[in-house]
Amino acid sequence: KNKGLQVLKANSGFSSGGSTLLGYIGIDTIIEQMRKKTMKTGFDFNIMVVGPSGLGKSTLVNTLFKSQVSRKSAGWARDEKIPKTVEIKSVSHVIEEGGVKMKLTIVDTPGFGDQINNDNCWEPISKYINEQFEKFLKEEVNITRKKRIPDTRVHCCLYFIPPTGHCLRQLDVEFMRRLSHSVNIIPVIAKSDTMTIEERQEFKQRVRKELENNGIEFYPQKEFDDDMEDKSDNDKIRETMPFAVVGSDKEHQVNGKRVLGRKTAWGIIEVENPNHCEFAQLRDFLIRSHLQDLKEVTHNIHYETYRAKRLNDNGGLHPISSNDTQEKNP
Amino acid sequence: MQQKNLDGYVGFASLPNQVYRKSVKRGFEFTLMVVGESGLGKSTLINSLFLTDLYSAEYPGPSHRIKKTVEQSKVLIKEGGVQLLLTIVDTPGFGDAVDNSNCWQPIIDHIDSKFEDYLNSESRVNRRQMPDSRIHCCLYFIAPSGHGLKPLDIEFMKRLHEKVNVIPLIAKADTLTPEECQQFKKQIMREIQEHKIKIYEFPETDDEEENRLVKKIKDKLPLAVVGSNTIIEVNSKRVRGRQYPWGVAEVENSDHCDFTILRDMLIRTHMQDLKDVTNNVHYENYRSRKLAAVTYNGVDNNKAKGQLSTKSPLAQMEEERREHVAKMKKMEMEMEQVFEMKVKEKVQKLKDSEAELQRRHEQMKKNLEAQHKELEEKRRVFEEERANWETQQRLEQQKLEASRTLEKNKKKGKIF
Repeated sequence: KNKGLQVLKANSGFSSGGSTLLGYIGIDTIIEQMRKKTMKTGFDFNIMVVGPSGLGKSTLVNTLFKSQVSRKSAGWARDEKIPKTVEIKSVSHVIEEGGVKMKLTIVDTPGFGDQINNDNCWEPISKYINEQFEKFLKEEVNITRKKRIPDTRVHCCLYFIPPTGHCLRQLDVEFMRRLSHSVNIIPVIAKSDTMTIEERQEFKQRVRKELENNGIEFYPQKEFDDDMEDKSDNDKIRETMPFAVVGSDKEHQVNGKRVLGRKTAWGIIEVENPNHCEFAQLRDFLIRSHLQDLKEVTHNIHYETYRAKRLNDNGGLHPISSNDTQEKNP
Repeated sequence: MQQKNLDGYVGFASLPNQVYRKSVKRGFEFTLMVVGESGLGKSTLINSLFLTDLYSAEYPGPSHRIKKTVEQSKVLIKEGGVQLLLTIVDTPGFGDAVDNSNCWQPIIDHIDSKFEDYLNSESRVNRRQMPDSRIHCCLYFIAPSGHGLKPLDIEFMKRLHEKVNVIPLIAKADTLTPEECQQFKKQIMREIQEHKIKIYEFPETDDEEENRLVKKIKDKLPLAVVGSNTIIEVNSKRVRGRQYPWGVAEVENSDHCDFTILRDMLIRTHMQDLKDVTNNVHYENYRSRKLAAVTYNGVDNNKAKGQLSTKSPLAQMEEERREHVAKMKKMEMEMEQVFEMKVKEKVQKLKDSEAELQRRHEQMKKNLEAQHKELEEKRRVFEEERANWETQQRLEQQKLEASRTLEKNKKKGKIF
């Protein structure tokens, strides 16, 4: 053990190559310690779904988290009329898997893009996102801070693009342009069982080009790639985005297996079959690999941008009313 | 009225054939309008319905088309000796902007302008050629959200159901499962009734068979359609459809979608009825509204107060014409008067200036004469003076002579 310690002393600081340890120290147990801690505390995840009504947003969220977590879970019939202005409704659930607890909040935006005149329908959404930042900021700035600040900030915004097959609509471009700097936007092509595979490819290419032309940086943003490994992973993901998804919470029998899908007269669309749609990819991306990254980008980048702007604008933090928050919209 | 039995064969049973032959020679016209947001498959459906490439693959998609609000394309289709001049009115950009208020206005204006054209050509003296470009049918495409109608859909249909035959269609129906489709259709019909929208009604007929067909169609409203012109092999049959990884959605399979019903209804059974309803109901509505407005104006112009014009519009038009002619005459007279007056004035002026000249002439003459006289006077005076002077001279001379003589005498003879 002495020899191991000697080696450490010789190398001051951490070199990226690393030094060969001559014995087992136990640094790697830190991962286990973090895991235990996380399991005990659990964590928050806030996801927002945006898109005109009828694109299967609620169904998709239910499918993603394999439980009835969305607002529309109670029955299929549409009793509520389209609201006259965009409303923000959030629903929270605590779900558990493998000992890990997650407080999942789904923020729905009924009325977005449904009116005849949709001018400024993104404003209530922008306001909501900034309000969450503001709440967090206030907590952070307090003299006596809570041990764990409740995190209501929106970590991810799924934007549903209608599958027209032609190009992005003006409304889509406007929304994404204005909000890509305050929240992680993940565009998805809704109800993609409308399109054949070729149509889907063409549509995706066109959408990607339009997003590029308009300077819209969707998540994962190129500028936040940490290293080469991240970059290559993210590049692959960026190539397939926007994901063409289909959602369903009904099960059917296919080849003796029960799968989630949609049954039509000419076949069954399997939601988790990668040949049929990209739902599985979206789910893996969102939950299994990039969940933590989404939270980090929100905290380190979007929140910090907001914070810096607020501090610069006010020259210090004073108790602010919600009216001010509205003015400070980026 | 009692129906009489004929004793022999007269021959007017061939009347339908004569009508038919005449119509075939004339050819038919049909104008169809398609309305809906971009990306709902309107162009594909038109291509599928008429088995043409009206909107070919090279036809630029909505993202590239020049932004016009109403576009017309004409195509002449021939089948079995019958020719159909089909006009498709497209509405690119409908409902695509962020603010879509009044996006229906260009469409309403277009329909009205077509009615107006027909009204004008009907009222003309020479009516040999009356091209019928009125919109006979409007296919409205509803996005397959699965929930219900959007506010834009309701607004549009409410404004157009009195002007044109509106047939609502559920576009891209392969998005919906059969149950979802059923629910969606029920919801839409409920909303249509709630908002009192009058969509195109299939007429009842005396024929039992046809009635059954009509009832079947009515149960399936609004029709859920899928369009495609690509041919795919299914079970060694060649069908038109859309190829998915999970199967092929066949366009002409009535289990898959209502395309065949739409096609049969639109082309094979109800095309003439659509034209008739357009002519008898929508056009007449427009016409009576338009002419009633003219009549209203006529009452205002006439000094007859409290006289409700019970004249028929034609008489009204006659009267207007007469009025117009009278007005024209009056204007003509007035103009003539004005002309004469001006002429008089001019003549007067000329006269005046002539008189003036004359006067001046006189004046100058007078002056001249006066001068002349003066000079004469002076001359006379001068003559007088000369005469005087001469006289004086003579006198002086005489005196001088006299004095000389005296002197002479003195010298000669001492004065006696």
